[in-house]
Amino acid sequence: MKGRIHSIQSLGTVDGPGIRFVVFFQGCPLRCGYCHNPDTWDYKGGREIDSAEIIEKALRYKSYFGRDGGITLSGGEPLLQSDFAKAILVTAKESGLNTCVDTSGCVLNDAVKDALEYVDRVLLDIKFTTNEEYQRYVGCSLDKPLEFLKYLNEKNIPTTLRQVIVPTLNDNEENFVKLNEIIAKYECVDDVELLGFKKICKTKYDDMKIPFPFEIYSTPTKADIEELKKKIKIKK
Amino acid sequence: MEHINWNGFKAGNWQNEINVRDFIQTNYTPYTGDSAFLAKATERTSDLMKKVQTLFSLERQYGGVLDIDTNTVSTMTSYAPGYIDQDKELIVGLQTNRPLKRGVNPFGGMRMCKSACEAYGYKVGEKIEQEFKYRTTHNEGVFSAYTDEMRKARKTHLITGLPDAYGRGRIIGDYRRVALYGVDRLIEEKTKDKANLANVTFDVDNIRLDEELYHQIQALNDLKKMAESYGYDISAPATNAREAIQWTYFAYLGAIKEQNGAAMSLGRVATFFDIYIERDIKNGELTEEAAQELVDDFVIKLRVARHLRTPEYNELFGGDPMWITEAVGGMGLDGRTLVTKNSFRILNTLYTLGSSPEPNLTILWSNDLPEGFKRFCAQVSVDTDSIQYENDDLMRPIYGDDYAIACCVSAMQVGKQMQFFGARCNLAKLLLLSINGGYDVSSGMRIGPQMKPFEGDKLDFDKVMERFDVYVEWLSRLYVNTMNVIHYMHDKYAYEKEQLALHDTDLHRFMAFGIAGFSVVADSLSAIKYANVKPIKDANGFIVDYETTGEFPKYGNDDDRVDLIAKNLAHNFITELRKTPTYRGAEHTLSVLTITSNVMYGKHTAATPDGRKASAAFAPGANPMHNREENGALASLNSVAKISYADCRDGISNTFSITPDALGHDAEERVTNLVNILDGYFAKMAHHININVLNRETLMDAYENPEKYPNLTIRVSGYAVNFNKLSREQQREVISRTFHEAM
Repeated sequence: MKGRIHSIQSLGTVDGPGIRFVVFFQGCPLRCGYCHNPDTWDYKGGREIDSAEIIEKALRYKSYFGRDGGITLSGGEPLLQSDFAKAILVTAKESGLNTCVDTSGCVLNDAVKDALEYVDRVLLDIKFTTNEEYQRYVGCSLDKPLEFLKYLNEKNIPTTLRQVIVPTLNDNEENFVKLNEIIAKYECVDDVELLGFKKICKTKYDDMKIPFPFEIYSTPTKADIEELKKKIKIKK
Repeated sequence: MEHINWNGFKAGNWQNEINVRDFIQTNYTPYTGDSAFLAKATERTSDLMKKVQTLFSLERQYGGVLDIDTNTVSTMTSYAPGYIDQDKELIVGLQTNRPLKRGVNPFGGMRMCKSACEAYGYKVGEKIEQEFKYRTTHNEGVFSAYTDEMRKARKTHLITGLPDAYGRGRIIGDYRRVALYGVDRLIEEKTKDKANLANVTFDVDNIRLDEELYHQIQALNDLKKMAESYGYDISAPATNAREAIQWTYFAYLGAIKEQNGAAMSLGRVATFFDIYIERDIKNGELTEEAAQELVDDFVIKLRVARHLRTPEYNELFGGDPMWITEAVGGMGLDGRTLVTKNSFRILNTLYTLGSSPEPNLTILWSNDLPEGFKRFCAQVSVDTDSIQYENDDLMRPIYGDDYAIACCVSAMQVGKQMQFFGARCNLAKLLLLSINGGYDVSSGMRIGPQMKPFEGDKLDFDKVMERFDVYVEWLSRLYVNTMNVIHYMHDKYAYEKEQLALHDTDLHRFMAFGIAGFSVVADSLSAIKYANVKPIKDANGFIVDYETTGEFPKYGNDDDRVDLIAKNLAHNFITELRKTPTYRGAEHTLSVLTITSNVMYGKHTAATPDGRKASAAFAPGANPMHNREENGALASLNSVAKISYADCRDGISNTFSITPDALGHDAEERVTNLVNILDGYFAKMAHHININVLNRETLMDAYENPEKYPNLTIRVSGYAVNFNKLSREQQREVISRTFHEAM
């Protein structure tokens, strides 16, 4: 089964447990203000590749995966190419690889549900905690990822919630109150990652000759993030 | 045979013959726990180290050399005893009468000796100059036999770094023998070996050996005298841990007083010492804290070891290294781990004394190593960037379980094997030379088989390979012959009598050849094969540049199309080298290792078909060229892992730099991930890896503000250096290398 990808990263350590072989899918329906991969938006960009080739490549790294590592589908939005994603995930599972999907949760249809059957962990973005912010900075409604999360909970798929922290936008108390409500509601959430907003992607926007919407915001320090992590309430 | 000093040790074959391995196997205690037992530095250690730090800072202020004794030829017995702080030192002995004062050693070559002294504002003493007027040095010997072609190969920088003007090094004496047996027993055994020679035909080989044994016995007697000057009688076996370490150190000290070899490695002593430490602890004579103190003091001595070098030498081997390589860990042939508590203690010196490039701590990694040790090693890497890793699962089947590493990546059985060091040849230059039909555009000299430069507008892969093969064949013969001259003369004029007295008389020898420009050639051949490479000629019809258009696979992306070109390159070269017989029947080996010479080699090499500009640095060792990796770090590791160790038995060096963020979210995760990377890489039968966990910004800041980072240690090709001791050019090259970053 063929699909379009942006690139492959053979050593990922921040997109799922352990060492990950990360496949960045091409194409995304969202336009998040801080997106660090604007070069993955265009559905027609990237390159075409066969799912079998991806698995062949991933298996070259099996010896590095240890107990926890494996393959992660990221992007772009990997679940937009749900059949392609499923083809990779099915074979990955057959080959004994741990599977993760890093998604915005904005697409949930039967094909996506089908693909999720072969996923060991989902890394789900909850980018903001109000619908207004979602509409404004992401381009979809908050209901979408929440509906996705509800489904993950039903299917008992272990989930890591992720949020990029942008100072003045979501580093406030209200955000964490709401985020903790979400965490408490869905038992499948066993991990939360807060990531500091970064601007190193600016050069990509420059190369593409488009404005970087979040250029005006400042970036949090590591210490800021550590401090905010203390606000997260999660049973481990 | 029994000895009272061996009380408490299990009896074995080691008592009847010189066999340190058997002693270790019979007596050591494997340790499978974690690092929690380790002690911190004592006040004594910290005080002593403070003093050493002050000396280091003075040495820096004096331009890298604190002092030179220009009136004494360095031998085991030529200096009065020296101390850092006699009252505080537990292990004693310095190369000269004062710490960091360098001796002169003209046996390898007077010219180098003089220019080294002059570079630092000194002059070799009149008396030494006079004495050496009537003595042939190794350097003079070599140059009296070099052919015109050999000189030219040197001059064009086709083959450089050859040990033809200084000690060859890369020989590891089994320094442990002195502690286990005492010098008298070693003299006794060598005397027997010499007597046995009386029964064989006295041909060239045996006459030479007979004379060598005479010198070896003399060296052992000198070693005793050297120890006596410090108030120790080392004729008998060591009675406790402190003596075992002291005796072993004396043996090593004797070697570095006598020889100024490029790499003067230590061997594999940690687990050997552990046996003595365990015995003392059992007898209530030593505590954990005191054991760490002994190891700390020993390591301090290794950190102040120095040789006098010329600026040209530093260009090749930057950072004033000694390669006091200590192999740590590994597994035994019986399946027990060779990791002991003392393997942890020697690594712990990077905390008790701070990070440091020396000794060159080298982990012999096996998939079966205890988890606690694996994690401690990874922790040390993340914290200090001071250690390297080599694949025990790959080497153990070949060398057994008592081998060590000379220099960076050269494995040899301790006391049973040695090597003839052969630096490296510039294969990228050779490729250009073949395309130009024996004309070197960088130097404007002709060398090698002469033919017309390549004709046509596009380099044709098959035709280029046909030419290249001709030149590889030619160079291989020249390279082996050159090495034969060098090592014949070294044996004759600068024989390592002390180190070889600590070897079996019946020795296995390797002759170690090397490649520089490995990834440049692989990528250039790939460009010729898969893209369009148009040669650009100068007015005389010589090809001085290349215009490369189109895509081509690049080494370092786990792409077999080019990785197999690289693999075959090494295979074909060693196959050609093997065709020319070596001096003393040495076994041909090959390394893909450059030290810091990748900068210098690049400087003397014109533009290459891979798009590398004229004079630009090569990648170090077997590393892919900087910033050509498109699929991330593990893809790059997989490419290097494809180079066959069977072809490159002298080692395949890979230096890997990764930012902390790219290695994991937190300290715990970074350790786990690094352990998995090492397990994964070595499961692919890769040979070696240097690990740096740091940000490029740190190096850039250290480049601008060296005073802020007096002890910043980083791994380069096969060894570690203090970043400040590299030349500006070498620093820039290190900064420009690929740092694997988080996406």
